[in-house]
Amino acid sequence: MINVEDLHKSFGKLEVLKGITTSIEEGEVVAIIGPSGSGKSTFLRCLNLLEIPTSGKIWINNQEVTDKKTNIMKIRQDVGMVFQHFHLFPHKTALENLTYAPMKVRGMSKQEADKLGQELLEKVGLANKASEYPTRLSGGQKQRVAIARALAMNPEVMLFDEPTSALDPEMVKEVLEVMKSLAHTGMTMAIVTHEMGFAREVADRVLFLDGGVLVEDAPPAEFFTNPKSGRAKEFLEKML
Amino acid sequence: MNLDFTSILPSLPYILKGIGITLQIVLLAGLLGFALGIIIALFKISSVKLLKWFSDAYTSIFRGTPLILQLALIYYGSPQIFGFQIEPFAAAVLSFSLNSGAYISEIIRAGILAVDKGQREAAMALGIPYKRMMWDIILPQAMKNILPALMNEFITLTKESAIVSTIAITDIMRRAYIVGGHQYRFFEPLIFAGLIYYVLVMTLTLIGKAVERRMRRSD
Repeated sequence: MINVEDLHKSFGKLEVLKGITTSIEEGEVVAIIGPSGSGKSTFLRCLNLLEIPTSGKIWINNQEVTDKKTNIMKIRQDVGMVFQHFHLFPHKTALENLTYAPMKVRGMSKQEADKLGQELLEKVGLANKASEYPTRLSGGQKQRVAIARALAMNPEVMLFDEPTSALDPEMVKEVLEVMKSLAHTGMTMAIVTHEMGFAREVADRVLFLDGGVLVEDAPPAEFFTNPKSGRAKEFLEKML
Repeated sequence: MNLDFTSILPSLPYILKGIGITLQIVLLAGLLGFALGIIIALFKISSVKLLKWFSDAYTSIFRGTPLILQLALIYYGSPQIFGFQIEPFAAAVLSFSLNSGAYISEIIRAGILAVDKGQREAAMALGIPYKRMMWDIILPQAMKNILPALMNEFITLTKESAIVSTIAITDIMRRAYIVGGHQYRFFEPLIFAGLIYYVLVMTLTLIGKAVERRMRRSD
């Protein structure tokens, strides 16, 4: 599904990613963890080219997205992204947030999009908030709308960039629940997270990044009970 | 003091008729200037160097010289440049749109830059093309924030429009002069003209507040 080969990214003189090679299979849920500044968010943002890699190659569905000839817009339409700070469109209602891209980008009719939007809002438990503007929603509700907005494009992969880090503690669970049920539908997911419990329970694989390097790549049971590297051990001691 | 407001009473309808002309110029120039302002603002944030350079130079020139000079250049200079005498009304609308376009582009540019960067990223992540993103996502949010500044610009435009009286357009100002000349009393008709401008500006302010309330629905 996603293949990454020797991915490098620098911001000026600062090299954030120092050659990452990995792949994500279809239907796989991958948790990307690591200390802050390890490059995990940058890695995720490179996958849909919100950050342009300095060098290296990325394929999604056998299409090389880092190829200059590839239509990035087309790729992004099939890659859903959920941000730490939600980034809902504040001048649109919850439902309009969901229906905008399917209508304007996919050319869906308003009726179709409204129906799809309502279904998705129901799925994330917010059917009664369809006509609310984002400012009237709690953080957890905003993030659930944001997940539904990404799903409305019927993506093949979902990227989550610290989806619960900006939430009040009591709202983390409702968002994780939605993500968990999404994982059960067989959605391919890459999740940058600090929620170790969630990673352990839901992920098929854990990628541990430190200093821009992929240090460990293991199933969660193995990674959390028996990390190989000293850096992972140190990190887990601080987190757990 | 030698004041007699009753003496200009018969001339009031004549001065009032200037409102239509003033409003025509302001509305037309306002709309054209707004459209131009959006285009210039988009040039300013564009990654194309030439467009950036052009828009910066444009703003610099139109902000850096007096409006009355721009008006005079277009009106009195037209026979030499275009080979025909441009209509006063057209010269007024043209110079005012070009001028307010420069100011409005700065307002809009600031408004666009003030929209959270995450909005652009969210739109990009959904695969929304640049034009659509600007038009449907970024600009509506920018407009809400810059409405007071924009209103201010239209108010300035309304008042500054009085200088079209220098190219013989019979707007409110010009008519007040004419009445003053006939009666040998300038104070009374000028005070009346001032009152009209003030009412116009107050009306604009109220409209602006109403629009702002409407746009803040989503807060």
